Amino acid sequence: MRTSILDKYADIVGWDVIDQLHQLVAPLRDIKIVHVNSTRKGGGVAEILNKLVPLKRELGMNVSWEVVEGNDDFFKCTKSFHNGLQGDKVEIPRSLLDSYERVNEENADKLRGKLTDADIVVIHDPQPAPLLRFIPERKGKWIWRCHIDASHPDRFVWKYLRDFIVEYDASIFSLAAFAQPLPHTEFLIPPSIDPLSDKNIELDRKEIESTVSNLGIDTERPIMLQVSRFDRFKDPVGVIQAYRLTKKFVPSLQLVLAGGEATDDPESQAVLEDINIAANKDTDIHILVLPSDAHRTINALQRASDIVLQKSTREGFGLTVTEAMWKGKPVIGGDTGGIRIQVVNHRTGFLVNTPEGAALRARYLLFHRDKLMEMGSTAKKFVKENFLLTRHLREYLTVMVSIIHGEKDRIELD
Amino acid sequence: MPKMTPSHKPFEIRDCALAAVATGVKAQNLKEFCDAIGKIEPESIYYHFWGGLLKPRFDDPEYHNDFAAWASHALHDKILAERLSVLDPSEIPDLEKIRAELIDIIEERLDENEYVPWCKRDQQFHFITSQIVVFDTRKTISKANELVKIIPSLTSSSIFYHFIDARRRTFGNIDDFSSWLYGFADKHSDLCCLLATIDPFFSTLPELKSQIADIMKEYFQGGEK
Repeated sequence: MRTSILDKYADIVGWDVIDQLHQLVAPLRDIKIVHVNSTRKGGGVAEILNKLVPLKRELGMNVSWEVVEGNDDFFKCTKSFHNGLQGDKVEIPRSLLDSYERVNEENADKLRGKLTDADIVVIHDPQPAPLLRFIPERKGKWIWRCHIDASHPDRFVWKYLRDFIVEYDASIFSLAAFAQPLPHTEFLIPPSIDPLSDKNIELDRKEIESTVSNLGIDTERPIMLQVSRFDRFKDPVGVIQAYRLTKKFVPSLQLVLAGGEATDDPESQAVLEDINIAANKDTDIHILVLPSDAHRTINALQRASDIVLQKSTREGFGLTVTEAMWKGKPVIGGDTGGIRIQVVNHRTGFLVNTPEGAALRARYLLFHRDKLMEMGSTAKKFVKENFLLTRHLREYLTVMVSIIHGEKDRIELD
Repeated sequence: MPKMTPSHKPFEIRDCALAAVATGVKAQNLKEFCDAIGKIEPESIYYHFWGGLLKPRFDDPEYHNDFAAWASHALHDKILAERLSVLDPSEIPDLEKIRAELIDIIEERLDENEYVPWCKRDQQFHFITSQIVVFDTRKTISKANELVKIIPSLTSSSIFYHFIDARRRTFGNIDDFSSWLYGFADKHSDLCCLLATIDPFFSTLPELKSQIADIMKEYFQGGEK
């Protein structure tokens, strides 16, 4: 018998959650929704759309997903936007901005038929933001969905993009702290993880052990893990200090620092060098530079670990924290950004500010296995109730109902 | 006690979802916080007291409203946090009165301090408001004792709608179950009194559901009432 995607989610979250989605979808069945982003593969946005679009279709919605095509200058420009929105100081030559606008104008011509008639158009991130301006004959409501932490953007970048974004009917940010003042309604939808993706799906013991052993890690000894880009804000050197302070009391401890290849990030190479210097050839420190599609490997590492760290000094939301918690691991996280929303101090993990703080908590957990298990189980329950894709979808549907019915405090559906 | 006109109208089970909306208003110190509370739309005050039940948050929080949690975690002012945390909006349904209480407590704390307490930039208080979308579950009951069976099957958000949101919509600021039960004249007034003893603010939604279900079960266990 064929199992639908919704059946699979129901096995995890329960049928009441799926029934609720069906009820919310009822007033949206006859409307046409189009999502637009800049890539079908790779990156968080494509990952979300690859799941959300089929789910919405299975719920009976008329949804399509379009992708804008661009050239090297376009992507150079949007990469700078991305860095600028995250707070880096960037300088973008006028020629790149011209290319950005031109590519959007060309894409508007290609997508005009689909976008003009749509009832709701959701534009993801800055890449396709100017499309709206080039489709003045649009009939539906247009929403700009910002997946980036834009809490302290480069002023030039924000001023430039804001001109396009103010024309939207609404925008969606992940957290209130990420939102910027705009003249329209700004909805808030926190991100989520997909429990059925390779990164989060249940793995059997055999696969976990063989994956981890093949990386040279001893599955019989305690493992402390941090999964993150090789970026100074993730404080990998601080993690090594925390590991050393813990290892004095737990000599069998191993540390795994797992990150992705970052060919487009010149700084990551320098950070990686700093990490190697700090590791000082300690054979119990495993520095893993993994390919961007090593989702199952990351999954196995998170499941095999005793403790997961995310000792960031600056963090957007921190979905790696959610992923680890979903696997029943307490997380020792930096007291910053979205980590604070997920790590409830002393309940689902610990919030720390220093390597010493991280070591103290790691020692506590390694010597109190019952507490480690209890916190891990609480963490998993917390993610199940709050940070799975089904909650994300419910909030999207709520926003769409709200957009269709206008800005009322209370919308009663028949 | 509110008295309703006897009615045989079935009870329609509804459910709801909140769309959180940023107001753009934020505070980094206690003075800004106080000023913002004085001006912010009442919906935002409601959200920061009640919306927590439906938004991503820990089931068993240290503080039951966002204002108290911020005073503790961002300002590190435990005295203010404790004073703010005892404010119970189920006792004071009028949001303007709650606003006045909040301002009183904060102004008193400002008077007690030599300087204005402040927090780090990334711990500012962001005022949020919400839109509520209410939808029909297509489930109805017509006999009062059917509540025993239906309550355990309700979602947390349905409990929120019928037991908490109801207080803003019903005559006498009571929950929807009581409001419907009063429609049977005095037949179930004892049950309504029992439901009124539940404190909705200091419970999680699953706890509330279980308390309501227990009361219903005990009340009806003697058979049809």
